[in-house]
Amino acid sequence: MNEALSSARQLGLVSCHDCHLLSRMPKVTGHPVVSCPRCGGVLHQRKPNSIMRTWALVLTGMIFYVPANVLPMTITSAIGSTQADTIMSGVIYFMHHGSWEIALVIFTASIFVPFLKFVILIYLLLSVQFKSIKRPKDRTLLYRITEAVGRWSMVDIYVVTILIALVKLGFLANIEAGPAAIYFAAMVAITMIAAESFDPRLIWDALEEQHE
Amino acid sequence: MEMCAQPPLDGAKKTMHQIACHECDLVHSIPPMPTRAAACCVRCGAVLFRNKPDSIDRTLAWTIAGLVLYCVAVTFPFLAMKSGSIVQKTSLLSGVRNLYQQDETILAILVLLTCILIPLIQMLGLLYVFIPMKLNFRVKYAVPAFRLFQHVKPWSMMEIYMLGILIAMVKLGKMATIVPGLAVIAFGLLIFVLNFAITAVDTHMVWERLGSES
Repeated sequence: MNEALSSARQLGLVSCHDCHLLSRMPKVTGHPVVSCPRCGGVLHQRKPNSIMRTWALVLTGMIFYVPANVLPMTITSAIGSTQADTIMSGVIYFMHHGSWEIALVIFTASIFVPFLKFVILIYLLLSVQFKSIKRPKDRTLLYRITEAVGRWSMVDIYVVTILIALVKLGFLANIEAGPAAIYFAAMVAITMIAAESFDPRLIWDALEEQHE
Repeated sequence: MEMCAQPPLDGAKKTMHQIACHECDLVHSIPPMPTRAAACCVRCGAVLFRNKPDSIDRTLAWTIAGLVLYCVAVTFPFLAMKSGSIVQKTSLLSGVRNLYQQDETILAILVLLTCILIPLIQMLGLLYVFIPMKLNFRVKYAVPAFRLFQHVKPWSMMEIYMLGILIAMVKLGKMATIVPGLAVIAFGLLIFVLNFAITAVDTHMVWERLGSES
């Protein structure tokens, strides 16, 4: 292989996660802490335990996804009656009351995007574990999308917090956050960390092993 | 055991700049680039880095503008809800306090962090790194400050909060009139201004300058 098309790992180099300085990895045995000569950050050739960590976080996120969707997100009490709404019943409410755009936004951000994230991350993990060499560029693109859209799932939590702040006791109605809110917020945060802990360079490592 | 890795290049080849793609690890040798040009990875297409003009001045200008907007966004009334003669006002901070009083501590912390504290940390971090650079003096802890700035980035969620406001306004629109306050406008502008500030940061240049100081 010529030097023009080699990865840093093949050349015995390591790229700093924080400042992107390329350094020569010292040849040592064991697991010493190697720090970047420029910024002092800890150097790793690949994110440490990327696959296992991502699996653990994806599975945790999936477990939290269930109560987040089944339990009520908001509990509204007007004079004499209380109503508990899950994420899905909120979406259905918006659909019936003419604002299907809002229903679509909430459905996409709160239900579809987290689900898609689980599917994509599991697919990426399996493809790396089975050393797939198919369409690495598209898989990297999938990863980039997953990393970018995950934060938008938080929107429903913000809607709930704003409703709580505006509709207070003694007013027309009282809105409280349901038990799902915490699970949902945790699920979004965990899947964000999951995407962060996956190392897209693993996708390309299988290709290089094929060439060697 | 702790040790330092060695830079891969000798002084002789300093004009060519070596960088590994952060997404696929392919090593590139990049010649000096014209301003506003971006270098992309030949294998996976990720942007390796951009050469940004006047990075220090632009970042400082947008960040200072952002801090002014931030003060308005945090202190002025955010939304008011009118129904008959009753007016219910809320600001960003009083919203967080309401959540806390209703025992929604975790949600209160979440909003406080993602929409109030982290944007502030981002702006203060930028000022802390860029003011000394502009005035040519050194400060301690500029490296950890900039590292922190880079790491908190995905957790700054003002634009998502803004979308939440719009949805909440539609949701309550049938029950009462929602009047957006001055703070909402400042908050909306702050999203763009902070984004411009972050886009103006030439990460590559910052690390080179911070590295040459130590």
